[in-house]
Amino acid sequence: MTPLRVSIAASIASILLILIVFELIRSRRLRERYALLWLATGVALLVLSAWRGGLNTIAGWVGVSTYPPAVLFAVATVFILAVLLHYSTVISRLSDQSTILAQRVALLEQQALSGSPVAPRDGGAGLRPVPTESATQSES
Amino acid sequence: MSEPPLSAPRRIAIVPARNEEGAIGLVVAEIRAFDPGLDVLVIDDGSVDRTAARAAEAGATVVRLPFNLGIGGAVQTGFMYALAHGYELAVRLDGDGQHDPSELPKLIEPVLRGDADIVVGSRFAAPPFDGDTDSYRPPLARRAGIRFFAGIVSLLVRQRVTDTTSGFQALNGKGIRLFADDYPHDYPEVEATVMVVKHRLRLLEVPVLMREREHGSSSITALRSAYYVLKVTLALLVGVFRRKAVPARD
Ligand SMILES: Nc1nc2c(ncn2[C@@H]2O[C@H](COP(=O)(O)OP(=O)(O)O)[C@@H](O)[C@H]2O)c(=O)[nH]1
Ligand SMILES: [Mg+2]
Repeated sequence: MTPLRVSIAASIASILLILIVFELIRSRRLRERYALLWLATGVALLVLSAWRGGLNTIAGWVGVSTYPPAVLFAVATVFILAVLLHYSTVISRLSDQSTILAQRVALLEQQALSGSPVAPRDGGAGLRPVPTESATQSES
Repeated sequence: MSEPPLSAPRRIAIVPARNEEGAIGLVVAEIRAFDPGLDVLVIDDGSVDRTAARAAEAGATVVRLPFNLGIGGAVQTGFMYALAHGYELAVRLDGDGQHDPSELPKLIEPVLRGDADIVVGSRFAAPPFDGDTDSYRPPLARRAGIRFFAGIVSLLVRQRVTDTTSGFQALNGKGIRLFADDYPHDYPEVEATVMVVKHRLRLLEVPVLMREREHGSSSITALRSAYYVLKVTLALLVGVFRRKAVPARD
């Protein structure tokens, strides 16, 4: 059985996480896009902390019924790994994009200084965009 | 359709497009045929096809983003262009041909009359003809989503709104300035509707017909719909707790 104090402490911690994420979005320091996984983490941990019966059952399934809070640690770890992995992809995309930006600024600067175009006008539409694999429709 | 008055202000059509080479040429041509005084700006958002060339051939000014920003960032680029070039009236149409330029007078006239700062074309406001079947109706799940957000937004803005996801809009200079300064990311329309009212701009919905998509496919897939609903719901919820509607952009 999960000690009551563990349940209470874990519930408070999860609620704090949710509130902090919420406040970060509200003050525009965190975009909704990057907050969703954190909120999912907070909600999953809150449910498992507050729903003691459920935690015990799951602990039984995975063979740690002697110490159910271990499930909390495991779930938190999985979510944190997911968040980190997601952020790694985000960082990769950002670094691709900043490379493209730097290249385009440098080319434009050269063009502005020399007065000669660096790239053939493509139907009057300027430099070709560089398609990035990861930059899909909804990503901003 | 009625002619826009000769004294019409400087006006621009903002058309976001991503991989719409099959449709964009006709879209631009139709807009120009509707009103030759309406400058057409196509924002090519990282297309990998010939969207930009097709749009330019048809007579549009084309802005090509260096990589995909998503509809919010792309459309905002259009508003920034409109602001920088002193346009007093902007309309926004999709690049896939679903928005029929011959419906534009319904959107533009209330703005010209000064009855509204932003006019949104709605697929669901009272249909112009009873039992009309010409108008494109989105699939059921899509309609449910649109209803859901229409309900929430109507509550938030204390005004009946039926189609918060419509990108078929007309705006005056105030609207252009607001959106050039601050425009939501990703899927912007729902949040933008709330933003408009928070800034005390006058919002008006008018019924319009929309067409079926003929080329390419909708960018809103099942997975993206789930993200759409979660993200926009979260944004609306957080928005309720924001006191200042627009902090300066960083
Ligand atoms: N700027 C930009 N426009 C996009 C993107 N994805 C779709 N669009 C354009 O937005 C408009 C509406 O998109 P569509 O996929 O038809 O959505 P639907 O009409 O709501 O199903 C079309 O003009 C698309 O070309 C994107 O990533 N960036
Ligand atoms: Mg469409």
